[in-house]
Amino acid sequence: MANNRHESLGLTDEQVLDMYKHMLLARKLDERMWLLNRAGKIPFVISCQGQEASQIGASFALDRTKDYTAPYYRDLGVVLAFGMTAKELMLSAFAKAEDPNSGGRQMPSHFGQKKNRILTQSSPVTTQVPHAVGIGLAAKMDKKDFVSFVTLGEGSSNQGDFHEGLNFAGVHKLPVITMVENNKYAISVPLDKQIASEHVSDRASSYGMPGITVDGNDPLAVYEAVKKARERALDGEGPSLIEAVAYRFTAHSSDDDDRQYREAAEVDEAKKNDAILTFAAYLKETGVMTDEAENDLIAEIDAIINEATDYAENAPYPEPESALGYVYEE
Amino acid sequence: MPVQSYIQAITAGLREEMLRDENVFVLGEDVGKKGGVFGATKGLYDEFGEYRMLDTPLAESAIAGVGIGAAMYGKRPVAEMQFADFIMPAVNQIISEAAKIRYRSNNDWNVPMTIRAPYGGGVHGALYHSQSVEAVFANQPGLKIVMPSTPYDAKGLLKASIRDNDPVLFFEHKRAYRLLKAEVPEDDYVLPIGKADTKREGSDVTVITYGLAVHFTLQAAEKLEEEGISTHVLDLRTVYPLDQKAIIKAAQKTGKVLLITEDNKEGSIIGEVSAIIAENCLFDLDAPVQRLAGPEVPAMPFSPTLEKYFMLNPDKVETAIRDLAEF
Repeated sequence: MANNRHESLGLTDEQVLDMYKHMLLARKLDERMWLLNRAGKIPFVISCQGQEASQIGASFALDRTKDYTAPYYRDLGVVLAFGMTAKELMLSAFAKAEDPNSGGRQMPSHFGQKKNRILTQSSPVTTQVPHAVGIGLAAKMDKKDFVSFVTLGEGSSNQGDFHEGLNFAGVHKLPVITMVENNKYAISVPLDKQIASEHVSDRASSYGMPGITVDGNDPLAVYEAVKKARERALDGEGPSLIEAVAYRFTAHSSDDDDRQYREAAEVDEAKKNDAILTFAAYLKETGVMTDEAENDLIAEIDAIINEATDYAENAPYPEPESALGYVYEE
Repeated sequence: MPVQSYIQAITAGLREEMLRDENVFVLGEDVGKKGGVFGATKGLYDEFGEYRMLDTPLAESAIAGVGIGAAMYGKRPVAEMQFADFIMPAVNQIISEAAKIRYRSNNDWNVPMTIRAPYGGGVHGALYHSQSVEAVFANQPGLKIVMPSTPYDAKGLLKASIRDNDPVLFFEHKRAYRLLKAEVPEDDYVLPIGKADTKREGSDVTVITYGLAVHFTLQAAEKLEEEGISTHVLDLRTVYPLDQKAIIKAAQKTGKVLLITEDNKEGSIIGEVSAIIAENCLFDLDAPVQRLAGPEVPAMPFSPTLEKYFMLNPDKVETAIRDLAEF
């Protein structure tokens, strides 16, 4: 039997199984959206594939009943963990009126849901970082014991808002956890053409906070890093920067062809470390998940996704005139 | 009723709102210990403490963006841009984020934030301490832009902006800060955002303008009265979205309309005002709509001769009104 790592992190068998369930649901939802896109049923997909372990590992280290999150467009896993349902995500993919993110106004994966403390996001990257810092500032001002968790890609860490936001959080020691999901590509441009330093996390020292790099394919490693960062934040020690290194398995989006800029062999090599496979193997080796339980889980997830897809496909579109609503308070 | 300068009225409005609602706080450069480079937040740091009068790092996008985050949480931030000219690094946060958050979230989230910024020329501020930047934001549904012309309006509109549940850009004319003094009630009053205000009744020429130009227009009107020219003055007060009804009514009143802005003419606020009049008042007009504005150069130059050439003044307004009256 393999070395049990999750127990020493304070995670029960049920919790790690739940982590895997969320990872698998994110992956399979994402895969279904590609099928729907290629079948001409939904106009656009932008993927989480390859980053589920980072997203779920981090989310499970947070208090998902009170912490806030400012996700970016790949964070299907984060929003599922924070309470958004498969059905709600499919409603967004189909741009239907009931989509809780935007009522069909935004492209899919522009997440936001106030009841689950998921800040609304736009398409210009990194604008969410100062927003998350503002949430952290409010927590400090009101002496509340929650943290603000913000994510972005490594390319986005070049934007001014990243540096302005982290510096602000560092100066005022705010309870903000920034996780850069380094998937090695900003659309077509590889890491070495994006960032002059060796690690994105090297940037933390300029802003008076610890910066660590973890294996983004290992949900337990990410869990541990975020858990420590959360404890620091709640102890008043301020923000942390975590770089979770993974790999983007798909093209940038459904409108991109990644054969234009990277070799298939590179993608195949990266997929050997696919956390969906490696974490499932870990759960089996530690006796947490049997083959039978895995099959049941897959069947359960397939049923959830089928139901979500059917519901969203048949749900009504927004009324045309509703385009005029909610510009200002009504 | 006490007499207050325009900037004292701003400080009083801020203080009253901070006393009324503990979620109101100010963030910006030098707003804390120093009390602002113009003194708009003078004394408030001592009264309310560091975290309600927050000196931020010198980074405007963070000032706006952190304010947006705090506002989404439920705070009522008043973000100060030290000069309107320095708002440019924050434009992405204001236009892509603040303006669109209610709309894009289908009313789930909103941004009750006020952004204050001193604008305008005539203070030897040269290109980057003199600009009028309202036109940059005046085609962004989701934003409101308030530009008060008197101490009374400044206080009442600032209080309304802070209580508004949507983002408001509040531009204060920096030459008005100490130039304009008037009676300002000490009691709690607010003025409606989105409503223009008639500052003078008249029958020969209608002037529609906003900001410091209202003051210049009233001075010119006083003088022209002696010549028998009667000037009607409508102060837009909110330059976006515009008060269309008030504009149409004021244009119809005299049939001769002069539009004035300190900004350069092409693409300015008054171009839109002119379009509203063209759409609605064709048969009411007795003369072509006239515009008095800054020249088509990038911004106000420094040397006194150059600055005077660019800047509006009561004489320029007087000439423009007289020319139109004689049409």
